[in-house]
Amino acid sequence: MSTAANEAPRSRGKAPAGERVADWADGRLGIYSLAKANMRKIFPDHWSFMLGEVCLYSFIIIILTGVYLTLFFHPSMAEVEYHGSYVPLQGQMMSEAYASTLDISFDVRGGLLIRQIHHWAALVFLAGMFVHMMRVFFTGAFRKPREINWLFGFLLLVLGMFTGFTGYSLPDDLLSGTGIRFMEGAILSVPIVGTYISFFLFGGEFPGHDFVSRFYSVHILLLPGIMLGLLVGHLILVFYHKHTQFAGPGKTNKNVVGMPLLPVYTAKAGGFFFLVFGVISVVSAIATINPIWAIGPYRPDQVSTGAQPDWYMGFSEGLIRVMPGWEINAWGHTLVLGVLIPLIIFPLVLAAIAVYPFIESWVTGDKREHHILDRPRNAPTRTAFGVAWLTVYFVLLIGGGNDLWATHFHLSINAITWFVRVAFFVGPVVAFIATKRICLGLQRRDKDKVLHGRESGIIKRLPHGEFIEVHEPLSQEQLHTLTAHEQYKPAEIGPTVDENGVERKVSGTQKLRAKLSESYYGEESQIPKPTVEEYKEITSGHGHH
Amino acid sequence: MKKLSARRRHPLAALVVLLLALACTGGLYAAFAPASKAQADESAQSLAIDEGKKLYAVGCASCHGTGGQGTSDGPSLVGVGAAAVDFQVGTGRMPAQQPGAQVPKKKVIYSQAEIDQLAAYIASLGAGPAIPSEEKYGPEGADIAKGGELFRTNCAQCHNFTGKGGALTHGKFAPSLEGVDPKHIYEAMQTGPQNMPSFPDTTLSEQNKKDIIAYLDAVNGDDTESPGGLSLGGLGPVSEGLFAWVFGLGALIAVAVWVAARTAKAKKS
Repeated sequence: MSTAANEAPRSRGKAPAGERVADWADGRLGIYSLAKANMRKIFPDHWSFMLGEVCLYSFIIIILTGVYLTLFFHPSMAEVEYHGSYVPLQGQMMSEAYASTLDISFDVRGGLLIRQIHHWAALVFLAGMFVHMMRVFFTGAFRKPREINWLFGFLLLVLGMFTGFTGYSLPDDLLSGTGIRFMEGAILSVPIVGTYISFFLFGGEFPGHDFVSRFYSVHILLLPGIMLGLLVGHLILVFYHKHTQFAGPGKTNKNVVGMPLLPVYTAKAGGFFFLVFGVISVVSAIATINPIWAIGPYRPDQVSTGAQPDWYMGFSEGLIRVMPGWEINAWGHTLVLGVLIPLIIFPLVLAAIAVYPFIESWVTGDKREHHILDRPRNAPTRTAFGVAWLTVYFVLLIGGGNDLWATHFHLSINAITWFVRVAFFVGPVVAFIATKRICLGLQRRDKDKVLHGRESGIIKRLPHGEFIEVHEPLSQEQLHTLTAHEQYKPAEIGPTVDENGVERKVSGTQKLRAKLSESYYGEESQIPKPTVEEYKEITSGHGHH
Repeated sequence: MKKLSARRRHPLAALVVLLLALACTGGLYAAFAPASKAQADESAQSLAIDEGKKLYAVGCASCHGTGGQGTSDGPSLVGVGAAAVDFQVGTGRMPAQQPGAQVPKKKVIYSQAEIDQLAAYIASLGAGPAIPSEEKYGPEGADIAKGGELFRTNCAQCHNFTGKGGALTHGKFAPSLEGVDPKHIYEAMQTGPQNMPSFPDTTLSEQNKKDIIAYLDAVNGDDTESPGGLSLGGLGPVSEGLFAWVFGLGALIAVAVWVAARTAKAKKS
């Protein structure tokens, strides 16, 4: 410090080179004010806030490895005879896309590892987005002002699913070809326009000669381009809104407690990127994924059992597998309800979670900004809804893998299918009720802890022979954390008759809203948190323990 | 010489010569022909059938009927052939432990000699496919790539891309083909055991069967290498998805917890 201070006056005539470069750039780009505003941006510390980072980094890994793969992949369905190094396929006819994927796997240096990193990273990316979304959902981080960012994130998940699906289809192997056939069937089930859309998409009869090259542009250009844009928007909004934080001493709705972006988070995030890359690379080096050489080239006359999509599309597979094969034949046309209904439910399942924040804000009528996160137990209805949605999702995943459940647990596939059909309707209801009860139980426990302290496990015998358990009072920090949440009152319609006896008109939506609000914040849905008076009375009194 | 020449024209001379010639040829035939072996084989065969019948009466008759005619508990075995017996008993599926959707593979309780005896007995009930000889399922002259194509066309619907098995309706299943003796695979194709359709030589030629067996040995055999690392059961995206969640995202969350726990300490002012 002292040397710098001494040098400063001497070099007043000419600034150091670094400063001059920065000055030059600032004069043209205005980076000083940008950096000043953002470099000291504060980020709170919690492991669950890093789930989004997992997604960001795996997305970067996917792009890097994907660029490498495009150098060797031929998106063409021209038929070639295979003469590469994989013996069991020697002399087989296959599309150039499949042959080039075999070459990437066996004849390109590092090709197989890069392919596996690309695919594993994709699975992790989607899983990461899913868990990140659940974190945001269950902590209520989607509330104002973050609703738009919630939708950005949701769109990223959906686009990620379709980018994954188109990528999975590119090698033109028997597994992915079956998936495309599935998709074609779903499109064909759409009344009136289905056939036209299918012919448009495949350039004629399935499979045609076009879909690999078309999916290729969609997979490497269109969807990732949109995703990149959304991702940047997502991050800008995170910066703009600042990060949410959990309740705690010193943390308010108006501040963010944590570490600055520079230098702490830059170092942490940079290090975390390499950790994510490392973990995914290790997984890719250990375990094989999508061994297309064992699966064989696609031919429309062949199909294998165990043909499933990657996990993120698994729930759509479940929908179609458990749906009874209904169809209506009339006037020479067939309406394939067995496929059309799952096709309709598929977007509805996703939309249900996407629109929830808007439903909640409508019911609660809460227009304030929220920067402090909820503990899931303190929002029982939201938590219960989330768990119910997860139940539907995972029940459908079971349906999508019903054959593997059957073979690995020695069950009848029909029994599993029926279980899924029933659980699709019953499961979420049971999950909703059970979760709400559990949340209320946890709220009671918190209340008990605040008022009576933590059970220490120490049993004390009093002089007169009575046994008591010693409860340790909580620290002020803990007390604050447990009671920081806000409890809402249910929105009421109010008197329907004013003082003059004139009846006020109450619309149906208002009634519905009041009813929903009651179910959100009524007596049945939250345990009143301990008041200061209660706390004082109990802690000051004698004979309490 | 007088004696001999006197009898040369005897009316019975021709008969004597004929008898001598017959005796000679018969004797020579008895000396050189493999008559004794043929006779022994014959008796061994009938002995095997006898022994097989005894084994059958103890192990199989309660379900398949005393003469293999079948009962309400088990199908008729007339005409199923030795290959079916060798497959069912040789893989431990028969004798069945209990009725059910499908009789699973289990420990083999008969020796190969006993299985051959049972097979001989069942084969004697009616003509059926015989136990294949080794050159039929051996790897010589087989086209692995062709076998793969045939496998994906005819077998993968139930047995999965590389023969890892799959589910059928109501608790039935197509078993994994891993570690199955090539002879048994051949017999299964030939006879169509339990829920499997049969692929007689008119449907899948002997060469086709050989190709399929060679393909399975290449992709699902003992020395098959998985170039990409752990094969995760070869079950496709379901096991991959599970692995990605547990070991991919699981590890990343563990790393995130670790990173979040190690943070720069806030300066106390």
